[in-house]
Amino acid sequence: MKQSIFTIKTNTPLTDNVYEMTLTGDTSDITAPGQFVNILIEGLFLRRPISVCDCEGDTLTLVYKVVGKGTEKMASMQEGQALDVLTGLGNGYDLSKAGKHALLLGGGVGVPPLYMLAKKLIENETTVDVVLGFNTKSEIFYEEQFKKLGANVTVTTVDGSYGEKGFVTSVIDNIDYTHFYTCGPEPMLKAVHKATKTSGQLSFEERMGCGFGACMGCSCKTLTGNKRICKEGPVLSKEEILWKD
Amino acid sequence: MERLKVNLCGIELDNPVIPASGTFGFGYEFAELYDINLLGTFSFKGTTRDARFGNPTPRIAECYAGMINAVGLQNPGVDKVIEEELPKLKKCFNKKVMANVSGFSIEDYAYTCERLDAIDQVGWLEVNVSCPNVHGGGMSFGTNPSAAAEVTKAVKAVTKKPVIVKLSPNVTDIVSIAKACEQAGADGISLINTMLGMRINLRTRKPVIANKMGGFSGPAIFPVAVRMVYQVANAVSVPVVGMGGVSTAEDVIEMMLAGATAVEVGAANLVNPYACRDIIADLPAVMDKYGIKNLSEIIGGVK
Repeated sequence: MKQSIFTIKTNTPLTDNVYEMTLTGDTSDITAPGQFVNILIEGLFLRRPISVCDCEGDTLTLVYKVVGKGTEKMASMQEGQALDVLTGLGNGYDLSKAGKHALLLGGGVGVPPLYMLAKKLIENETTVDVVLGFNTKSEIFYEEQFKKLGANVTVTTVDGSYGEKGFVTSVIDNIDYTHFYTCGPEPMLKAVHKATKTSGQLSFEERMGCGFGACMGCSCKTLTGNKRICKEGPVLSKEEILWKD
Repeated sequence: MERLKVNLCGIELDNPVIPASGTFGFGYEFAELYDINLLGTFSFKGTTRDARFGNPTPRIAECYAGMINAVGLQNPGVDKVIEEELPKLKKCFNKKVMANVSGFSIEDYAYTCERLDAIDQVGWLEVNVSCPNVHGGGMSFGTNPSAAAEVTKAVKAVTKKPVIVKLSPNVTDIVSIAKACEQAGADGISLINTMLGMRINLRTRKPVIANKMGGFSGPAIFPVAVRMVYQVANAVSVPVVGMGGVSTAEDVIEMMLAGATAVEVGAANLVNPYACRDIIADLPAVMDKYGIKNLSEIIGGVK
């Protein structure tokens, strides 16, 4: 973990309520895709945890959805503004488990952390299939970005307004994958857990206090003991997950 | 630096700054960031007789200038604390640590304190009779003078280490509880634990926290803490450890003027992991600004 000051380079909307922010600063503690950063926002007490979408040199890319006060303030931030950011938080995805053919499943604002993951896997010469799930056409983002990386991309929409109609789990039976990686809302993670036939890694979300393991605010029970989503997570392996209900 | 030193129940502290229990784990997460030996000491994560997972999530809600938590004393239990956490801490912290203890019965408190009494690393026992997040324990002992006194007596009977009883602000008369603990043999009083609070999500109309209510902490509660530290310090002759919303070197000095011998810092650590290091670094300049030669001179110095 590192605390440092980042400078906003761009902050642009991708959809009605999803924004892409690029920042420059000391990214040396970001060591794995699936990690997150925790951002101090003026006027709010707690930092805001946002997953890392990409990290290249000193440039950090975050893609976030406006869901509350913190992300509303982020959406109005301007180029040149300085932000106090804790980096290198969470375990991130383990690339070594991927095998020859990785399946990446992202739902809504769970899509961003899969971008850096896809990039790293493709660099490792792993074949990557990405399924991006959204509710409707207007919510879709990053389809082209994943294609440019060289991933096989399928988009699903719940209402069928674009791509395949249905959920991310509707299209995976024909893909011959060796390991899966996913991030999205909990009902989706549960469905993915059930629908997948290989080992895999799932990234979870929880309300956090500190984001670095001190407050025990985001603990969960697993088959391998209690874990803090911010520290031993947010990525848990399929075999250890104990669903709350 | 000599001018920052204070004496807490017979043990000298290099400075009065103590990260509060529940905001600093068992220290080693913070030791990755800075040398935690620069702290006065710290109070480790509230420890109970048996391991506890704590409350369901969400356990955290944000407020203006603060937060609510309902962690519910998640900890690995005193045996694991002694076998695993304290040896890990020893590698990065060479001072005496404050052991924070909670329980659900008088026997629980006595058992846990007796185990920790045998550990050389432990300097003080901070006995928490004020956790708002567990039912049938914690705070129920701290809201009644005779129950608080009974816990104090039971703990004093099993330890030679200084016993500091940590009190709840969620009471009508905190002074009577502090006095009862002092009469029962407490070597110090620490206050305040969190204030009982609640938030409701307007969209779902449900409480934000799964446990409905939780402990409110952060700068918003600082004036309440100063007031209660002042009241208690004027009523007891044992040292008082002040806490509640402390975030700056100025806050430390204000708390000491109110009567605190040492000062715990809680929620601030969660927002700025370097908070305590920064406060300690800022103290000399702030002391100069207000004409303070030695911190020990200003304890209870409010006019």
